[in-house]
Order: sequence, then structure tokens, then C-alpha cells
Amino acid sequence: MIVAERKPMDEIVAMLAPHRKVLVLGCGGCVTVCLTGGEKQAELLAGQLRLAARQAGRTLEAAFDCITRQCEREFFDNLTEDPRTYDAVLSIACGAGVQYMSELYPEVPILPGMNTTFLASNVAGGVWEEYCRGCGDCVLAWTGGICPITQCSKSLINGTCGGTNNGKCEVNPEMECGWLRIYERLKALGQLDNYRTLRAARDHRKDRGGGVRRLVLKDMAESQESGNE
Amino acid sequence: MSEPVSKLESALRAGTFVFTGEIGPPKGTHIEPVIHEAVASLKGRCAAVNVTDIQTAVMRASSVAGCKLLLDAGVEPVLQMVCRDRNRLALQSDLLGAHILGIRNVLALTGDHTTLGDHPQSMPVYDLDSVGLLEAIVRLESGTDMGRDMKGNPNQLDGSPRFFKGCCVTPCAEVVDPQIIKLEKKVAAGAQFVQTQAVYDPAAFEAFMRNVESLKVPVLVGIVMLKSAAMAKYMNRSVPGVVVPEWIITRLTEASKEDRQKVSIEICGQLIRQMKSCCQGAHLMTLGWDHCVPEIIAAAEA
Repeated sequence: MIVAERKPMDEIVAMLAPHRKVLVLGCGGCVTVCLTGGEKQAELLAGQLRLAARQAGRTLEAAFDCITRQCEREFFDNLTEDPRTYDAVLSIACGAGVQYMSELYPEVPILPGMNTTFLASNVAGGVWEEYCRGCGDCVLAWTGGICPITQCSKSLINGTCGGTNNGKCEVNPEMECGWLRIYERLKALGQLDNYRTLRAARDHRKDRGGGVRRLVLKDMAESQESGNE
Repeated sequence: MSEPVSKLESALRAGTFVFTGEIGPPKGTHIEPVIHEAVASLKGRCAAVNVTDIQTAVMRASSVAGCKLLLDAGVEPVLQMVCRDRNRLALQSDLLGAHILGIRNVLALTGDHTTLGDHPQSMPVYDLDSVGLLEAIVRLESGTDMGRDMKGNPNQLDGSPRFFKGCCVTPCAEVVDPQIIKLEKKVAAGAQFVQTQAVYDPAAFEAFMRNVESLKVPVLVGIVMLKSAAMAKYMNRSVPGVVVPEWIITRLTEASKEDRQKVSIEICGQLIRQMKSCCQGAHLMTLGWDHCVPEIIAAAEA
């Protein structure tokens, strides 16, 4: 899932300063699951913004709403509020939601209430940890199911560097050395040859080097096109 | 076997115990004192002198510039090259540039992470890793680069470089097997010599050397001068894969301030004497105390 965390209040207040009537819009997708950008958080944030404005001697009309997902067109039909009747929308979806909504409502400023951070798993109560970088060229088959792109701070592909320190990474004593974990796991699986194999330099066009990435399911895209005709 | 490309390669082939030194370019343009010190203390004593590449991610003048000035002063340089700051375009370009300037030894390193240095906000690159960098050097030597032309054939170079290619290893890492496998990969990728991370445990080093015997590449044991007990303790706390034993800390603690340098030289000499029979040389990292190198070598040969 995608994790996003709320921007600092000061930054949001500054962002909204030119506006009098604002809609805080939650998203029922990933950010609801990680308890940062769902309906509850939208309601809470709208209240906090009204209070902050009052304390600063300004008036702010802040309503809230939430839809199932801000990254899909059909769900915008379920809005109870009309964004066009507001000065601005503060979206607390991930960056995909904010941008997609901006395309759907070109006449309304859609502002980001969140910093979108990483692809995560929920590893403990209230704790989400990064597991995937979306690099576009998954290597987990030969790394014992542990991602070196994510779990190694240098995203190395040929094994541990000299910065592994008592099993920890040089960048952070709290962070385990990803390659040491891969080594231990491959050893336990009897697959150390996967560590020994020389790995070629990566093709960064599959990552971020080739511009915007798209997934096109040909059959579906074609049938939709003909249906539209 | 092809002709050696550098004095360092010749010396290691000749089988004599080889010393290499190390200098760090300054933060700024005032490089003369560093070169002067290298000429005064290292020239004629070290087969070659490494020039660090933005060591510990603290921004400094370039390694290539330091190498060129050493060459001009009659000291053979080893160009250290880390993967942290440049993508494959820039690394290959700088390798061609280094060869054009007359630099013939290269040490391929991963590089300390950006967040450890003085520009922690900068982008960590690591487009290639140290294995990939060695492969890139070999590719350039073969007359092509890592890219392809429109027809999908490797790009041909107009003149190709040749280097004596080195790499690094941490022999005393607490879990050493993954380090050894990585070293095997570096050698398979083209590494011809090894300069190690600092070693203070001769027994662990000897065991390590037995494990890598089959690789048949010369290994220069890394010797980092300990300037004080505090520095030794700092290294134990903060430098990955380096363990300074108690006897060294005790000797540094007991030494009076004016004796400390002498004791530090003696420790280096003693470590090299204990390890010289199982390796091919020593890489001396004096951290600015270049003037101690002649005495360290004398102590090592005593």
C-alpha cells in the first residue's frame, strides 16, 4: 500500500492563507488504511483548520468530504460536496489523487495536505515500513525475497558494502544491513549461488529514467475504445 | 601476461613487499602543501599514492586533480573512484580523462553514503556498484563503452585506456563470508589488486588471507595510523568492520603526549611485521601524518 503522512500544520495553514472557503477531501484507499488521510482525518483536519484560522483572527469556512478513491474517475460521482463551489480543495489523498483530481477540476486549486512517502507493509500496530520502491524490474527471485533496492541504503545489486556494521547499515544504526539479511536468507535456503552471480548494471529506464510510466492492458484498453465509439 | 601498465603493477608482480600511501585533496584550492608533503615523505618509498575521492562524503577537491599533480611531481597516483556521486556516463568519462592525463591505477569503491558527510541532502547515485564499475573499466579497455549505437552494437572508442584495477575489502568484518563473496565477484569483474580496510587483528587477517588464497590477487593490508586512544575508541564505535584491540588502546593511553606519535609508528610497524608474511604489501593511511611514513616503513622492515 501507499503511505502518506500529513504535512506539518504550519505548512498547510500557509498554503490555505489566500482562501476563505476550503473543502478537505479524504480518500478511502491506502491513506484510510494507514490512518492518515481518510474520512475521520478529513473531519478532524477541517476542524483544526477552522480553529487555527480563528486563532489567527481570520475566518475560514472548512468543510470535509471523502470518496472511495481519488485516483479513479467514477468515485468522484459520489462527492456530496461540489468542489467548484469552494476556493480550494485540500486533498489528503496521496500525490496520485491530488494530481488526478486537478485534472478533473481544472478550475479549482487542488492542494496537497500530505507528503506521499513510500510503498509499505503494516509491520506492527501503528507502524508502516517501506518494502518496495516500484523500480520496475523486480529482483526478489534471486535475493531471498528481500529487496536490495529498498533494504540497502545504496540500492547495491552485487552484495554488501564495507559500511555494514554489526549487522546494521552505516546510514542508521537502527536499520539492518539489507545485504546481510539477503546473505543469511539465501544461506538458509541453500541458494548462496544467487549471491555469487554477477549482476549487470540496472536499466533505469524501467525506474524513473524513462519519464512517466504507464500500464496499458491492451485488450481492456481496446475494448473500452470501441465501446466509446 | 601483458606488459604492466604502472609501477605499482610492476612492483607487485616482482613480488617485493610493496607500500602504498594515501593523500586527501583539500576542501578548497590550496592543494600545494598536500602535494609537497607527499613528495617529501612518500616519493621513492611508496610504489604509488592513493588520492581519495570525496572521502567520507565530505566535499573536497577532485581526486583526478590530485592525481595529476602527483604525476607531475614524479609520484605515481592511484585514482580512487567511488560510485556515490557519478552515474555511468560520468564515471566512464572521468576514466577516459584520467587515462588521457596519464593516470594508470584505479581503485573502484562503493563510497560512504551521502548522509554520513557534510552534504547529507545530496542525491546518492550508485548507478553502478563497485563490481559494475570494474566491469565498466574492463569494457573501456576492450575498446567499447557501456552504451549501444542505433543498431544495438557496442559503441566503439577512438582510443582505449588501460588501467591497473584495484578494489577494497573489509577483512575483519564481523560476518566476513559475504565480504569474501563480494571480493570474489570484484576479482571476476576485473580487479587485479586489493587494498583492505584498516586491520588491527593479525590473526583474523591471516584467516581471511587463507580464505582468499585461491583468488591469486595481491593484497595490501590496510594500516590506519591511530593518533590517540580516543581515536582508537572512536574507530571501534563508529567505523564498520574495524576492531582496535585492547593492547593497542592501552599502549596509546599509557604513552605521554610527546611520545604518542612514536608509539603510533611502532604499532604500525609491529602490525605490518606480524602480517607481512601472508600478504603482498601494506597500504598506509596516515591521515595527514605523512612525515611518519619513512619511520613506519623502517619499523616494518626491522
